[in-house]
Amino acid sequence: MKMDMVFRIGGEGGEGVISCGEILTLACARMGLEIYTFRSYPAEIKGGPAMFQVRASTEFLLSQGSEIDVLICFNQEAYDRHAKDLRRDGQGVLVYDSSSTKPEEGLNVILYGIPVSEMAKLELRNYLTKNILFLGILSKLFGVDFSILEKIISQRFGKKGEAILNLNYQALKQGYQSVEKNLTKRDGFHLEPQKSENRLVLTGNQAFALGAVQAGMRFYAGYPITPATDIMELLARELPRFGGTVVQAEDEIAAVGMVLGAAFSGVKAMTASSGPGIDLMTEFLGLASMAEIPCVIVDCQRAGPSTGMPTKTEQSDLRHAIHAGHGDVPRIVMALSSVEDAFYGAIRAFNYAVRCQMPVIVLSDQYLAQRNATVRKPDLTKVAVEEIRKPSEFELEQYKRFRMTESGVSPMTVPGMKGGAFPATGIEHDEAGELSYEPDNHSQMMAKRWRKMNLILQGPDLFRRYGPLEADIGIVGWGSSEGVIREAVAQANAKGYRVAAFHPKIVHPLPVELGDFIRSVKTVIVPELNYTGQFAKEIRARYLTDVIQLNKVTGLPFTPNEILKKVEEVSETCLKQTHKV
Amino acid sequence: MPETDAQGLTAKDYKTDVHPVWCPGCGDFGVLTCIYRMLATKQVPPENLVVVAGIGCSGRLSGYVNSYGFHTIHGRVLPVATGIKTANSNLEVIAVGGDGDAYSIGAGHIPHAARRNIDVCYIVMDNEVYGLTKGQSSATAPQGLAAGTTPYGQLDEPLNPVAMAIAYDIGFVARGFSAKPKELTDLIVQGVEHKGFALIEVLSPCTTFHDTYKPISQRIRFLGPEHDPTDRVKAFQLSLERETIPIGVIYKRERSAFHERSEELQKQAIGKRGKATVEEVLSQFQ
Repeated sequence: MKMDMVFRIGGEGGEGVISCGEILTLACARMGLEIYTFRSYPAEIKGGPAMFQVRASTEFLLSQGSEIDVLICFNQEAYDRHAKDLRRDGQGVLVYDSSSTKPEEGLNVILYGIPVSEMAKLELRNYLTKNILFLGILSKLFGVDFSILEKIISQRFGKKGEAILNLNYQALKQGYQSVEKNLTKRDGFHLEPQKSENRLVLTGNQAFALGAVQAGMRFYAGYPITPATDIMELLARELPRFGGTVVQAEDEIAAVGMVLGAAFSGVKAMTASSGPGIDLMTEFLGLASMAEIPCVIVDCQRAGPSTGMPTKTEQSDLRHAIHAGHGDVPRIVMALSSVEDAFYGAIRAFNYAVRCQMPVIVLSDQYLAQRNATVRKPDLTKVAVEEIRKPSEFELEQYKRFRMTESGVSPMTVPGMKGGAFPATGIEHDEAGELSYEPDNHSQMMAKRWRKMNLILQGPDLFRRYGPLEADIGIVGWGSSEGVIREAVAQANAKGYRVAAFHPKIVHPLPVELGDFIRSVKTVIVPELNYTGQFAKEIRARYLTDVIQLNKVTGLPFTPNEILKKVEEVSETCLKQTHKV
Repeated sequence: MPETDAQGLTAKDYKTDVHPVWCPGCGDFGVLTCIYRMLATKQVPPENLVVVAGIGCSGRLSGYVNSYGFHTIHGRVLPVATGIKTANSNLEVIAVGGDGDAYSIGAGHIPHAARRNIDVCYIVMDNEVYGLTKGQSSATAPQGLAAGTTPYGQLDEPLNPVAMAIAYDIGFVARGFSAKPKELTDLIVQGVEHKGFALIEVLSPCTTFHDTYKPISQRIRFLGPEHDPTDRVKAFQLSLERETIPIGVIYKRERSAFHERSEELQKQAIGKRGKATVEEVLSQFQ
């Protein structure tokens, strides 16, 4: 039977909201369900509102959902904050701590109040068991497998000693029993275990880190920053076992400098950061383009400007990623669109970097970086990994590192190769790498470096297209909103609108196919999580055509409903006007 | 030292055809000559050598050595050198730059190169001014120095690079003088042989904007065997000396280099949890 339900857990940071969500996620995934999560939490370690949303389904999921089916409130503040998103058609369920929370009257939702705080304090004598009590409650109410929950709890708390482990087992059981004793089930939600194999539960950050290792990345340097740090933490644990090195640098400038040094030495290297760190790396990015060094830089975007909202999502570093730096700097900018895409995107990023011998900036964001999703276990035999083009013996005679070629790509030596020595430099240079300020040389070298971008201008790897082949409205989003847009496109078409979506995986340079798509529709909507419409500006500049912006800067991702609403609005106004003309 | 099949290389073999941009009499010529001599002494195969340079007059040096070179950006010699040496520990990595590079814009990298003990010899050509931008005072310029951006005299006190280096516990700290090539060559040989981070502060005067040959020549004194460089307190006292300028190895402490610790960490991780495959790591997330 088909089942698709959205849980949202709200409470205060430090109360175990996030771990409650993580355990629920893993339990649903191990029951064979598809999951898609979203988390939003304060930048402080304790205090401030925390929320974790888990969508579980028997079908493949594209977004975190629009409306909440089951809202779980740890306290009154969580209720006040999230109740507005709970569905009000009589089917929605509110599970709340009745010792701290009082719902309004006449809500038209199904209420399950349990004095969870009191139980934690009086019966279990440990306030921190609140989140496990809630898990027990959810287990009984909605069929979250009890023994799977027990197993996850033993994995998570086993190391903390028997007393703590037993306390949590007891909390799980008491939560379960409190429903048995005191409540009668009145809602229609129930999760059934499904058959499924070869699936993993990964965050965007984890998927990217492992994809990079698969691509052959063996040197990572970084500096801790939210929401990118998980990449470094996973690599610090695993990369040494691949014979690789992780260096915690003194700052992001040093991190990217080390990456360039390692890449110059022939090792695939990368760093990951967020906006403030990427700002600091800018000068080195120019050097990487000028000295033609293949490397990968990940930007897990967060809400800016300046320190902004470090734990909230945004897509506002696009123009920085494309244009940052003095001079005309050729580089590739990719945007990851899903957790699964993060794994394969990492491999493509390194392939593009070595193919074009230039830096590749990969845009992710807090929404994607830190959300869990079920993904099919990658088939590693199907993944092509490219290596740098080294010179042949013949080419090593009178070797010139920056030799003019048709593609712009010159064979690259690395230290240790006899006969291949050359000076890498950020100063304008001739084919041999020697300083040259000659007018002709500079224009030829500029053209050579930019020509390499032509190697990734078109192809099926560069975009995804959804919806009917002929459409009135085209949606061109980028990055992590792919699933949300795809879901909205399906909903819109079901409602009779003719809508298609084009989702580029490389946002600089823009794939040739994007132009064809834009010309094929009557109007284009560009949804993006920034204030000014950064991608819309790029499209206008590139195609000399206007687009309709849909911008949101709340620190939260789009929901499918928001995109659908815009489609309806555009359909009402723009299309009808077009017909009049 | 990497194994070598290059035998009988002379200082000339390490020279490129490019003529240095430096002014006549520039101290950097002396430093370059000493680097050539060190390379000949140690018979470093050019393909295994990387010279990493900063920005400024001294930064051009990487283009004058017949080897792999990396002319980086201002102040960032040490991070790049760290990446190169860590990625391939068989390479001989020498870092060069000026006082602006090392002690101003890039000063924040020095304590961390020291903490890691990267196996890189860093030769800093200190002329107390920004030569390439035509003679503004630098972080090591004497207080009161009148120059382009300090026409009424430098307000700030000069930094003491040797005291700073000892405070950071850099494993090999020496001071040389570009006009004393025999002694300087010897210091560079020792710095390169030192396993770990070596900082050689070289007094390398700028004849065009701030000619200090005479006062330096009058005040230098060569350290003899009576100085024990392994005594950190004595080394620190020596670094604070004002009447004379001590030349030689001032401080020394042996310990494992970063790439050695990193390789050891890999061995331990593999010993404990086995060699990894992506397949296996992915399965942790089932």
